[in-house]
Amino acid sequence: MPKNHLWLILPALLLLSGCDLVLLNAAGDVAAQQGDLIIYSTILMLIVILPVIIMTIVFAIKYRESNKSAIYEPEWDHSVSLEIVIWAVPLAIVICLAGLTWVATHRLDPYADLPRISAEKAIDPDVKPLTIQVTAMDWKWLFIYPEYGVASVNEVAGVVDRPVEWKLTSTTVMNAFYIPDMVGMIYAMAGMETELNGVMNSTGTFRGIASHYNGAGFSKMDFEYLSLDQAGFDDWIAKAKAAPQKLDRESFLELDEPTIDHEVTYYNSVEEELWNRVINMCVAEGQVCMHDMMTMGAHHDRKSGESHKHHETNIKFPELNPSHDSDENKTLPASPKESKPALEAN
Amino acid sequence: MSTQVIETEDDLDFYVTPKPDSASDGHPDTHQDYEHENGTMLGFWIYLMSDCLIFGILFAVYAVVGQNYALGPTPAELFEIDKILLATFFLLFSSITYGFAVINMNQNKKATMMLWLLVTGAFGVGFLVLEAMEFAHLLHLGAGPDVSAFLSSFWFLVGTHGLHVAGGVIWLLVLLVQVLIFGLTPANRRRVLCLSLFWHFLDLIWIGVFSFVYLTGVII
Amino acid sequence: MATAEDSVTQAAADTGNKMHWFWGKLNWDVFPFYDPLILGTFIATVILATGVLAFLTYKGLWGYLWKEWFTSVDHKKIGIMYMILATVMLFRGFTDAILMRIHQALASAGILEFLPSYHYDQVFTAHGVIMIFFVAMPFITGFMNYIMPLQIGARDVAFPFLNNLSFWLTFSGVILIMMSLFVGEFAATGWLAFPPLSLLEFSPGVGVDYYLWALNIAGIGTTLSGINLVVTIVKMRAPGMTWMRLPIFTWSTLVTNVLIVASFPVLTATLALLTADRYLGTHFFTNDMGGNAMMYINLIWIWGHPEVYILILPIFGLFSEIVATFTRKRLFGYTSMVYALCVITVLSYLVWLHHFFTMGAGADVNSFFGITTMIISIPTGAKLFNWLFTMYKGRISYELPMMWVIAFMVTFTIGGMTGVLLAVPPADYVLHNSLFLIAHFHNVIIGGVVFGVFAGITYWWPKAFGFHLDKFWGKVSLVGWVGGFYVAFMPLYILGLMGVTRRLSQFEDTSYAGLFALAAVGVAMIAVGLVAFFIQIAVSIRNKEALACGGDPWGSGRTLEWSTSSPPPHYNFAFTPRVYGIDAWHYMKTHNATPPTSNYDAIHMPRSTMSGIAIAALMTAMGFALVWHMYWVALASFAATLTWGIAHTFNYNRDFYVSASEVSRIESGRAAATPAE
Repeated sequence: MPKNHLWLILPALLLLSGCDLVLLNAAGDVAAQQGDLIIYSTILMLIVILPVIIMTIVFAIKYRESNKSAIYEPEWDHSVSLEIVIWAVPLAIVICLAGLTWVATHRLDPYADLPRISAEKAIDPDVKPLTIQVTAMDWKWLFIYPEYGVASVNEVAGVVDRPVEWKLTSTTVMNAFYIPDMVGMIYAMAGMETELNGVMNSTGTFRGIASHYNGAGFSKMDFEYLSLDQAGFDDWIAKAKAAPQKLDRESFLELDEPTIDHEVTYYNSVEEELWNRVINMCVAEGQVCMHDMMTMGAHHDRKSGESHKHHETNIKFPELNPSHDSDENKTLPASPKESKPALEAN
Repeated sequence: MSTQVIETEDDLDFYVTPKPDSASDGHPDTHQDYEHENGTMLGFWIYLMSDCLIFGILFAVYAVVGQNYALGPTPAELFEIDKILLATFFLLFSSITYGFAVINMNQNKKATMMLWLLVTGAFGVGFLVLEAMEFAHLLHLGAGPDVSAFLSSFWFLVGTHGLHVAGGVIWLLVLLVQVLIFGLTPANRRRVLCLSLFWHFLDLIWIGVFSFVYLTGVII
Repeated sequence: MATAEDSVTQAAADTGNKMHWFWGKLNWDVFPFYDPLILGTFIATVILATGVLAFLTYKGLWGYLWKEWFTSVDHKKIGIMYMILATVMLFRGFTDAILMRIHQALASAGILEFLPSYHYDQVFTAHGVIMIFFVAMPFITGFMNYIMPLQIGARDVAFPFLNNLSFWLTFSGVILIMMSLFVGEFAATGWLAFPPLSLLEFSPGVGVDYYLWALNIAGIGTTLSGINLVVTIVKMRAPGMTWMRLPIFTWSTLVTNVLIVASFPVLTATLALLTADRYLGTHFFTNDMGGNAMMYINLIWIWGHPEVYILILPIFGLFSEIVATFTRKRLFGYTSMVYALCVITVLSYLVWLHHFFTMGAGADVNSFFGITTMIISIPTGAKLFNWLFTMYKGRISYELPMMWVIAFMVTFTIGGMTGVLLAVPPADYVLHNSLFLIAHFHNVIIGGVVFGVFAGITYWWPKAFGFHLDKFWGKVSLVGWVGGFYVAFMPLYILGLMGVTRRLSQFEDTSYAGLFALAAVGVAMIAVGLVAFFIQIAVSIRNKEALACGGDPWGSGRTLEWSTSSPPPHYNFAFTPRVYGIDAWHYMKTHNATPPTSNYDAIHMPRSTMSGIAIAALMTAMGFALVWHMYWVALASFAATLTWGIAHTFNYNRDFYVSASEVSRIESGRAAATPAE
């Protein structure tokens, strides 16, 4: 059935020319390596895939009923050497691919610091990665810059060739944070912090999306990543600083109300410890922070017979010391020291 | 052709045919040289394995979130281990008494078998009463399943086991009626054996619950 | 900037929290009269249903259907009912697919947002749920039910009543899903209903409840059916049929049902926990109070990945039978085929994490699961090679089933390759949740399961009905499906590489419009293929005299189902065959085995029962009542279910004997299967 094959190539040929295959042509080094990996793995697999497809077609034609000249051996059903080959060849390919996978997965671990800026450029030990704390809300993205004490909604900026360390969380359902040109996605989940490291190697405006379905406002939950040079970035920070509003617990909760297609907003400052409260789900007044309540029973302040409204048990701030650390807490690398340098009071 | 063992080809008998000397339609069993074994016990075993998997998931869930007290009560505050121990003994004894029932069934002692089944059922009911008392106590303490992930997983695991025991008791009562009406027919014997498997299985699960949930909860 | 209140599901708001002591959440507002599309569908469905019911009444067919089909415990009839159910639901699920393709084509071009977002979100959820649970599953269960007992020389399955009950429980799930279209709403969460999105807080409507109860009830049916078929294969094989003489389709049925028994309980438990979160306020998967949503995702995929193999393994078995039949050659590497099946079965439990590499597990964990996933491709690849070398030195006759096989082998290979690609974690970081992923799994599900289903239908139809299917319309269907598949899904691969994610209903730039339009053309071609399939059946029924066939219609059948007449009598075999090797029927033919034509014996058969349909009906009522929080109704129907179930156990009179004279009468009336070669 050779025409199947035609169908495969035809649309590709017709349309590929007009398509921006961002995954295979990414502007950021990490995404570019991930794109290269797609190509290498595909080539590796084609070593066995192509022969199979060709053999299928050749055998299908050669051994058709009307071709009486072909050999016909109805009882031939076994060949040890052939069976060794058909198990061994895929095995060999998989061993190669497994090696590639192991190495690549460790090299491109989203949690690990970047080993290089790009193929040509090594890491500059003097330049710290830019930390950006990302909160997924229904249905918008909030970006906090601990280093600069500003925040923005649905727009985020970075410096070209400066690694970005994304810290991700969510105040709502599960989300995935994805800038196709920069680095592959990682989930953002409520009550915990995940991490992603990437870098952008050219200036420009790039699309960022929520790539995990999250309800009614899903399609419009996107943002722009501005990859700027240092001067442009400083301007952008200055623009944010000039914004009228500040991000405190009250305005955070206001922002957290579900909206679709929220306009780009800047905040001139960020309240102290806000990020820790976000990842511990205690921004609202009276909520107990997660790492305080997770494994702790309410032994001290409860008498039997009384009904528990443990929400009301009020633990005061700033008591963010993880004194009740347990396994559960270890998944939340929410130690306060991480956000200390972040703070910038107005 | 590798796996075939072929006698001389004339010997091959390709169809299961009635033996020529047998006669009427009335007793077909006697003149088939090939009858399927009844698969009920195997099927029931497989069902139990699938049920076991459900409990496995509930145990796993308890292992994952069972320590998330979320400022709610902890096991040490809630569990009254002496009552639980009593309930455990009820269930363990009921397994033994069920064993006696099966022994009596194998000796065709219908009445004694039913008596032992009744004793087993009574232990089962006793277990359920103790469990209901425990649940009522928890609710009274305000430790319902909606308080924390620990309590959710605890209620669900123990509750699912309790529902199984309740189901087992109902089945046992139904079976008693059936044995009373229809006697120890092969079908009823099979059912007694299936319920026996079910009962011992629940016992086993309970031992898991007791050691994994209660004992660990109280000790730690 | 639109506030969420404007656009968040209107239905959810309508079904709010008005609670009535009897009617629960149910009230007039839940009927979606406000949506012209649904209203139109509703009216069309009502007219169609009334038409069908009126026709049946006019023809006086109710008694026949009730007696011969609905209450029947005959595995063949139950198998056919599964197939009909799956075909009807294929139509429904495919309609959803058309809606999605039209919507995305129009929306990406900026022409029109054809469906509002809350409707679109329900459509893609329903499409996934229906296609997996109520199309693919009934199709493969139908095949396994119909064919497997015939292949092992049995007269029925081990537990015939349970088989009937399983079918009706699946039907019950279908009823609930279909009701959600017109009464209330369906889940708008994606087909696996990930929490926290599926929790009450984020999905307050009844959609997720429909999802949960439909799947839970149908899931019980599937588990029971799995137990049933495993026991059948273990206990009821014809004399001489040792394990390594089982037909390969039966082998695949065995491992599939082992997978079902070992994975559906996980689904049941997981959905039960989610149900508890929604109904009892527990905290298994909540964001707060110690819940852990990641646990749901792990659990659901521990079921979900084996489920993929539950769908494809029987299809592998079916292709193996077809290849051997139409190449007129012994299957190459039977033993390695069997081992490959077993290896896949075990490995399918070790790969679930590859569905969420992007959740943030460490590099070691991700690479482990990536590599185990790749390892699965080895036995799968070996199977493909085995089919290839079965064709090698064969005499391939291009009947319809064989054409589907060739289409499958090419298409599935491509899908397998993209699957392995997705198993490389860093590649998955960029491809996850993209349209590339969508293209991949449609590539293996359409290219594997759907092509396999059509191959199987054309292959075994003559056995089930005694006449062939029309070849011309079959070819039209094949070209429509195969061509349509490539036109519809190759653009999605490209869109995925362009960074387009799945489940989008609105687009901000129009650069994707061309590819989405092409995909819509593809789905239109598939529609032609599907319509051609229906025409094929209609044409074949009209010409059935001309297309009539005997017991071994392809002339080269190798397994026991071809040794009895077409269609088989309800007891399958007047004389149970004895087995002397792999390909028992082929062996019998080459040794000139002729079935005796006299000296029949009485045959032991199970009786029909209405308990299956009655219990399923009561459980449907219970499910519906629980969806709407009508607790009194739920309680009453649960009690009734229990009572009926217990009453059923008081019926000891479950079987009867077909007398020898009756067998003799039937045997003389049917077209004898004669060895063809």
